[in-house]
Amino acid sequence: MWNPVIGLEIHVQLNTKSKIFSSASTNFGANQNTQACAIDLGMPGVLPVLNEQAVFMAIKFGLAIGAKISNNSIFARKNYFYPDLPKGYQISQYETPIVSGGSINIESENTTKKINITRAHLEEDAGKSIHDLYEDESAIDLNRAGIPLIEIVSEPEMSSANEAVQYLKKMHSLIKYLNISDGNMEEGSFRCDANISLKKSESKILGTRAEIKNINSFKFVENAINFEINRQSQILNDGGTIIQETRLYNSSKNETKSMRSKEEANDYRYFPDPDLLPVSISKKLIEEIKNSMPELPENKKKRFMSQYGLSDYDTSILITDRELSEFFEEVLNKKELNPKLTANWIITEMLALAKKSNLDVKDYPVTSEDLAILLTYIKDEVISSKQAKKIFERMWMNKEKPQEIIENEGLEQISDLGELNKIVDNIIKNNYKSVEDYQSGKTKLLGFFVGQVMKETQGKANPKIVNKLLKEKLKK
Amino acid sequence: MVLIGLHFQDTLNMDKTTIIKIADLAKIEIKDDELNDITDSLKKILNLVDEMNSVKTDDVVPMSHPLNLSQELRKDEVLEDNKRDIFQKDNKYTENGYYKVPKIID
Amino acid sequence: MHNKTVSELIDDIKNKKVSSLELTKHFISRIKKLDKKLNSFITITEEHALREAKKIDADIAKGIIKPLSGIPFAQKDIFCTKNIKTTCGSKMLENFISPYDATVVEKLNNAGMIIIGKTNMDEFAMGSSNETSYFGDVKNPWDLDFVPGGSSGGSAASVSARLIPCSTGTDTGGSIRQPASLCGVCGIKPTYGRVSRYGMIAFASSLDQAGVFTTTAKDCAILLSHISGYDPKDSTSSREPVPDYHSDCLKKFKPLKIGIPREFLDGLDTNVREVFDDSIKVFEANGCSIKKISLKSSKISVSAYQVVAPAECSSNLSRFDGVRYGYRAESVKNIDELYKKSRSQGFGQEVKRRILIGTYALSAGYYDAYYLKAQKIRKIISNEFAQAFKDVDLVLGPTAPDSAFKIGEKSNDPIAMYLSDIFTVSANLAGLPAMSIPMGFKNKLPLGLQIIGNHFDEPKILSLACHFQNITDWHTKKPKISGD
Repeated sequence: MWNPVIGLEIHVQLNTKSKIFSSASTNFGANQNTQACAIDLGMPGVLPVLNEQAVFMAIKFGLAIGAKISNNSIFARKNYFYPDLPKGYQISQYETPIVSGGSINIESENTTKKINITRAHLEEDAGKSIHDLYEDESAIDLNRAGIPLIEIVSEPEMSSANEAVQYLKKMHSLIKYLNISDGNMEEGSFRCDANISLKKSESKILGTRAEIKNINSFKFVENAINFEINRQSQILNDGGTIIQETRLYNSSKNETKSMRSKEEANDYRYFPDPDLLPVSISKKLIEEIKNSMPELPENKKKRFMSQYGLSDYDTSILITDRELSEFFEEVLNKKELNPKLTANWIITEMLALAKKSNLDVKDYPVTSEDLAILLTYIKDEVISSKQAKKIFERMWMNKEKPQEIIENEGLEQISDLGELNKIVDNIIKNNYKSVEDYQSGKTKLLGFFVGQVMKETQGKANPKIVNKLLKEKLKK
Repeated sequence: MVLIGLHFQDTLNMDKTTIIKIADLAKIEIKDDELNDITDSLKKILNLVDEMNSVKTDDVVPMSHPLNLSQELRKDEVLEDNKRDIFQKDNKYTENGYYKVPKIID
Repeated sequence: MHNKTVSELIDDIKNKKVSSLELTKHFISRIKKLDKKLNSFITITEEHALREAKKIDADIAKGIIKPLSGIPFAQKDIFCTKNIKTTCGSKMLENFISPYDATVVEKLNNAGMIIIGKTNMDEFAMGSSNETSYFGDVKNPWDLDFVPGGSSGGSAASVSARLIPCSTGTDTGGSIRQPASLCGVCGIKPTYGRVSRYGMIAFASSLDQAGVFTTTAKDCAILLSHISGYDPKDSTSSREPVPDYHSDCLKKFKPLKIGIPREFLDGLDTNVREVFDDSIKVFEANGCSIKKISLKSSKISVSAYQVVAPAECSSNLSRFDGVRYGYRAESVKNIDELYKKSRSQGFGQEVKRRILIGTYALSAGYYDAYYLKAQKIRKIISNEFAQAFKDVDLVLGPTAPDSAFKIGEKSNDPIAMYLSDIFTVSANLAGLPAMSIPMGFKNKLPLGLQIIGNHFDEPKILSLACHFQNITDWHTKKPKISGD
């Protein structure tokens, strides 16, 4: 009866070294107000100067989503009073955003759905107000004031909480791929606001929407949107009307609540900032940036599937994180390895350990070189897969080198036919009852024999060869 | 974003209610005994300003900068160091490096 | 000594006829003696000046001499000066000490000049009479009952009274030229973007420009070269190369084509008209051609200005909220009160009025009718000047509609006050350079001649002004202050 209509606004902090309009540092976690210079503090007489990297990053983003890049975009002042806004206005963009149009594709209900982007513009971040440090006062830290943001506004084309989450994840992956942001939701470099309304399925008329602000995890986004959809349908089913308002999501109570803040009564009085000039972007600059773009996730996926013959599922995992996909290819390039087995190893063994240690690819204790060496040992049957798993764990935990582990502990597989023949013969001799049972049909007992050989050889016997020999010798 | 803005009406809408709204937006306090004078002078100024309407500007492109220049771009480098103590030197409403304001209840 | 020009003092210092310390002491004692009558200074930086003067003298002894070494001057109290109070004529910044120097300050310091003090001004540069300063009115040295003009009243009056040989000022709608005219001194507002605005407390960002006051046009030329130039810290500053304005002044005069807008003469006071006509005759006699032109939109220039300037200032002054610096009201109950009380107690009436008008002009529903409309009028005015400059080199007219008015005469009539800028605002709206030089008197009060040029045509303006001053001697007339 009610169809949800969802639009998302994402604020992404760009990972430039310095701020968008000043040369102060953007490092996270600095002591309060130690990274706020005169411009960030809104001191009298100081003036903003635009950081080129912020512009380049915005262009990169625009190109990645197939958007139009404005060649004459203007910064505007958004005027309101709040202690974390030192100048009493935020420098943002209003009528002429640097990026407009464009789209990304999301997977929804087993099909691909295109979500259009309305616009993306550059603006400066505000500082932080902390309300629980002092009893009667709020504390203001302006380190964050001036950090460049790109605000990405989607068309209201998502129809479920799931689609919204897919969109967010796709965007999140994209901005990390482009290396324009670290996308760290806990640290506030990827913030999401959702606009939700309901409309009658047969109707084209949109309902009144509510805005849910500053949700900082994918899970919370899903919960908040579902709660909101529920809340609104209940009201509408009871014959009530939706108030256009801003609401905050409370994750512990899993509900959205109306924000009774002064910001709502504001008239922002946008006008072009007279301290800044129109940003002129030449075709040449756009070409240069286009040529410096990394391979985008969608293209990489297609390439991995065709070049390496990997499954959709496996590829999706490998390409989620650009650094992981690069790690995978580095491993392949070091030695001649089977892509499917390499992918499998990374997905099952490595990612499991990475998850446990909660590490990013760049902090992995195992290098692509070392993993390549280990996988080569498996390929050459120097060690068995089972052994490899144990060795890999040690490489991960202790940063040991595979060659060293194998040499020091003499773990090389025993593949010598002569030696194995002797051992197999021995086992058969000493277990004639089981041999009889096997020959009378209990073929499952093969495992027992293999186990015995392994025990005898401390697990070093080449399982393939052992299997072959046993099968031959146990024949009647 | 809800705009409890001002509805578009005749330009000479400088009355007391409007002024009180504007003053709130601008965070300026107008005392009751000042209100009449301010309303009066603002009305007069708007009268002067309305003379702009005597000139047709339908096809004119607005100017925001006298020279037709483009924004110069700055290299992305950190050139500022921590000067917190200097900036907060004369401000007694700071503690532990924070600026302090009366508690804000959201 | 105090009747010497900057040019003469430069020579005296170079030729060791006078030391920097002597000069500095002389002007300081003059200020101390006479400024109580004028109130043209907010801060006198005696210690700093003496210290710097001694340093300069030591350098000169070693043979290190900079272009303006040892010349004392004053900075309008709108320029941030490190370790010296910058009040902007306001209670809001009564005790504000900036941790950085404005670019203009840095440049003149680097040229060897010595700051003797910060001059009084209309609060936040809003005014045409210097009657809105928190630190009291400035008096016109020609008659202490009369205004010196504004907003750079202190800078104009102090040069006029020869308390200093030169000073800096700022001009948003006429705030250098109009006080120069009323005080009988030279004042130049350069092309928009010629001089960096970094560190100059902003009033209306797209109109503000820094400039100088001197007693001669030649001195203006010397100082202009030193304050001009591209500044990467000011995105609106221009990369146009800076010529040696002084040498342009000394070149042989090439007759120029002068345009006089009929709108500047309509209804003009007869005395002012007479004096103006006499000045024009000087130019005619020297080979200049005079042409009557029309700048139709100059009639509504004040209307457009009274939207753009307040709109931009309403936003520029939002940073004054008592939180990080400046005046802060005590015992406030909540953040809203903190803002409202700090700003209402810290700002004067005129500032509040302009913030309110500006906020209104930008508000939802009014933006198109006011701000956008005014920006379109600007374009029209600019186009009209561009057309005019196809036919003429310079546009001339009286700087102000009349000589100085009495203190208190217009302070309750904002419209009358705003109309004193009727001839000056167009140059700001179009970003054009303009200068005022003394051209005569009406009832013993000075009158100024305004010379407007095309963008970056300061050399033509200065050439005409210098030539005028080679032939006439209005610029040598000095006020007589009792006790002097």
